[in-house]
Amino acid sequence: MKWVGLAALAVFAFALAVLLGPAHVPVAELLRSPIVRELRLPRAVLAFLVGGSLGVAGASLQALVRNPLADPYLLGLSGGASLGAVAAIALHVGGPWALPLAAFVGALAAMGLVYRLGLVGGVELDPRVLVLAGVVVGAFAAAVSTAIVSLSEATALRNAFLWLWGGLSGANWDTVLALCLYAPLPLAVLFAAARPLDLLALGEEPAGYLGVDVAVLKRCVYVAASLLTAAAVAVSGVIGFVGLIVPHIGRLLWGHRHRALLPVVFLGGGTLLSLADTVARVAVAPRELPVGIVTALVGVPVFALLLRRWTRN
Amino acid sequence: MDQELILAAQGVRYRYPGATGDALGGVSLTVRRGDLVAVLGPNGSGKTTLLRVALGALVPAAGSALVAGRPAAAWTRRELARLVGVVPQREETVFPQRVREAVLLGRYPHLSMFGAERPADHEAVNRALAQCDAGHLTGRWMATLSGGEYQRVRVARALAQEPRLLVLDEPTMSLDVRHEMELFELVRGLVDRSALAVVLVTHHVNLAARFADGVLLLDGGRAAGEGVPAEVLTRETVERVFAWPVAIATYQGAPQMIPLRRRSDA
Repeated sequence: MKWVGLAALAVFAFALAVLLGPAHVPVAELLRSPIVRELRLPRAVLAFLVGGSLGVAGASLQALVRNPLADPYLLGLSGGASLGAVAAIALHVGGPWALPLAAFVGALAAMGLVYRLGLVGGVELDPRVLVLAGVVVGAFAAAVSTAIVSLSEATALRNAFLWLWGGLSGANWDTVLALCLYAPLPLAVLFAAARPLDLLALGEEPAGYLGVDVAVLKRCVYVAASLLTAAAVAVSGVIGFVGLIVPHIGRLLWGHRHRALLPVVFLGGGTLLSLADTVARVAVAPRELPVGIVTALVGVPVFALLLRRWTRN
Repeated sequence: MDQELILAAQGVRYRYPGATGDALGGVSLTVRRGDLVAVLGPNGSGKTTLLRVALGALVPAAGSALVAGRPAAAWTRRELARLVGVVPQREETVFPQRVREAVLLGRYPHLSMFGAERPADHEAVNRALAQCDAGHLTGRWMATLSGGEYQRVRVARALAQEPRLLVLDEPTMSLDVRHEMELFELVRGLVDRSALAVVLVTHHVNLAARFADGVLLLDGGRAAGEGVPAEVLTRETVERVFAWPVAIATYQGAPQMIPLRRRSDA
């Protein structure tokens, strides 16, 4: 029943994303309209993929660092991606792929650095150290980004600032194809890790005695979740709260077994970001809100409620 | 190879990275099918370290640790978890869990990567719960269990692994007398009925003396005695190891330690 509801909601969100927009397209002409085919449809698909990826990355990282308040950007990826993107904008690097590639490279650089710092004694990945490393690498990258922004001229500054809040206006079939080719591998790794992640919640030593190779699990989950987040951030900027709120709601309604939870948060994340992007496109048409603002406006109150609930129990 | 031999640690030496002394200085532990062996010793005498080495979680600097005839570290974690079920001293509860889900985790080493649990897995869970007298708890949240119930469920989880050896690390810590006795009776019953082998790390010298077939008494990373309780737990040995004066009485053939007051009993 819950699954039917979620599936219906996902279809509804997707349909809304195709139906609504600043330009009026009559329902009868939906299939023939180039606006739908070249703009709305790829954008709706991309929103769904990015939202789903953020949801899965968030839920997996929560299990990895054993903290239900973790989100995909916790480990410094947003800072790295922002720095890459801001540097590309400031240096006027051209071409349609310049920004996503620069952001992707920035995120990977941050990931590598955080990973290296998180290796205690050069071998064992310690989730607690990983979180601290993520925070400092993110803070450092943010400082450098802000320095670059403050030294560049006004238009570049506005572009960079808007990019930091996320947006899917760059969506086209090429970006969708790129993500469709890229995302399945990290997603498969995380789905395969679902059951070991249940065990990891008991602690590393107990999980090992129950048959989990904890060192391999930690590395695989960290790298796969980070690669997923890096791709999401490259095509859509930093979209907050999806990777935090969706796993939370999923855990409330479906429980903590990751075999059920991960598919749920993929669908739920896709649904939430589709809806948020539709609002971002329509609310102040013909202008557009950064979608990260919409997710934050929805996400912060929801998160505050969850936090109250969490601290009460 | 001796088929009955499940755990065979020989002259195990281990030092934690950065430590100045050996945590284990040449310790041996042998456990056969149907044995209940208690590992005794003061805090920091190397009991938990010995378990970690014996189970391949730490690699000894010298000596060997064989599980079912192979070095513990040579088994994959999954293979090892099908041979040995462990109830560790401590574990975390990040996400709330129901009893049935918790015990089902014990089936992990028997499941394929993407496959669902089969009827046989649920049967094993039910059997394990029944063995631990925890069948009525299945729907409860782990966090709402009493200390005794919680430990029984964790033993059930280890039994759901269908292991040949069960290892318990101080399972009766902070339990009252009744729950302590229930747990010792449960473990003894498992050994007698199903020929499981059990290694039990405990601070309860007196209960170990009454329930265990053999004891290993550790002192500063070395064996102060190994064998049947009546031979190992003599007054001289116990006083030396625990650094406290004791009297030893005998109850139904088992040595029972009575710690003395500093002045009045002397």
